Amino acid sequence: MQDPIALFERARAGDRRALARLVSLLENDGEVATRLSAHLFPYTGNAYVIGITGPPGSGKSTLVNALARAYRERGETVGIVAVDPSSPFTGGALLGDRIRMQDVAGDPGVFIRSMATRGRLGGLAHATREVVRALDAVGFQRILVETVGAGQVEVDIAQAADTVIVVQAPGLGDDIQAIKAGILEIADILVVNKADREGAAATLHILRSMLSLGQSAVVRHHGRAMTIQQVEPSREGWLPPILQTVATAGQGIPELVEAIERHRIYLEESGEGEARRRRRIAEELAALARERLWARVVHQVGRARLDGLVEQVIRREIDLHTAVERLLKEL
Amino acid sequence: MGRKIRVLIAKPGLDGHDRGAKVIARALRDAGFEVIYTGLRQTPEMIAEAALQEDVDVVGLSILSGAHMTLLPRVVEELRKRGLDDVLVIAGGIIPEEDVPALKAAGIREVFGPGASTESIIRFICDHFGIRPEDLRAAGEPVAS
Repeated sequence: MQDPIALFERARAGDRRALARLVSLLENDGEVATRLSAHLFPYTGNAYVIGITGPPGSGKSTLVNALARAYRERGETVGIVAVDPSSPFTGGALLGDRIRMQDVAGDPGVFIRSMATRGRLGGLAHATREVVRALDAVGFQRILVETVGAGQVEVDIAQAADTVIVVQAPGLGDDIQAIKAGILEIADILVVNKADREGAAATLHILRSMLSLGQSAVVRHHGRAMTIQQVEPSREGWLPPILQTVATAGQGIPELVEAIERHRIYLEESGEGEARRRRRIAEELAALARERLWARVVHQVGRARLDGLVEQVIRREIDLHTAVERLLKEL
Repeated sequence: MGRKIRVLIAKPGLDGHDRGAKVIARALRDAGFEVIYTGLRQTPEMIAEAALQEDVDVVGLSILSGAHMTLLPRVVEELRKRGLDDVLVIAGGIIPEEDVPALKAAGIREVFGPGASTESIIRFICDHFGIRPEDLRAAGEPVAS
């Protein structure tokens, strides 16, 4: 196998083949990946990461394509990570996001990588954040991360991106869908794509009223002025704008680029960017530690013992919490 | 976790029929491969560039237009130009028997006609990498530290 550090140096010098190999090493996990991500970490922190999420068929890939074109016109380099689901039954995956990214697929200033979730829930692949850091470390200025088709709980992207765009399209749900917890809460910018389609105005209206529910407001109740608390206090100072786009025709893209820029400036000036980075690192630290600890449990206790505990729970001899207690005692 | 085998399924040239390509892509997915599908009307340069960025192990080319004798060798050429000599290149579609030897000489490792079963394609790829089809589906185990 090629020396991963040498591979990284070549990737930094612009060797795209080396970059592609590097991404595979990170994806395939294990010790090499750990060593590699430690090595490239000091080179990270320069790229601006934009997450694009939303339900299947809302036009995420097409929007990514249009955004990448816009950034290329401004002379910026763009790294794209597009995530699609792995089958939970076979582990196989069909990654089709590139189909909609043909405009930028051959551009030497753009690097597109499709990733399968490989069993990870949450809308991203296990190694997506590592891959984003690799693209950052080799010098891509803008990194666009497209999640799997996401509905409600696939909110990992909020931990991986500076600005999160939630894409909706007309005809995908009613107003109760819009106020359920989850994906809409992580939006820094909301986009109604396919805005030329029937029902776009209604979708726009639903999103607007949903957002206004989340704002603090003074209302009169039995003649007395009362302040209704904002649902998400962390969002104070930033009201997610709702934009309309027709990504296939490039309509609304300059406005979207502009909104991303405003959000970037907001993050910087309000200190929210710094706070977010801190939260993100803390959560990633906890997640990695959890993962390593579990790996240690499996390693020390052994598969057979784990299977034995599962068997005991199945036979209802012990409950799950007792099983965990026993497991921890054996370490 | 074991290494996944990544396959690019591409359609070079101008014919607009991608049913065959989609059937293969789907079958390979079900067998446990990670399949990247790039859609219709790809130039050899586009295919090679996608193969490079996606770091695939296999490129599967589907062609029905009759232009296989010019387009397929050019895909191999573009792959080699980018240093992707070790990628397994296979083809399928409407390709007359008498053209097969020339394509193989040009670097297409196998040609699958309309009658080929998806199982035979999966077996061919697995044999090439020295693995069993059931290994593709192996579930991931946490990495011990």
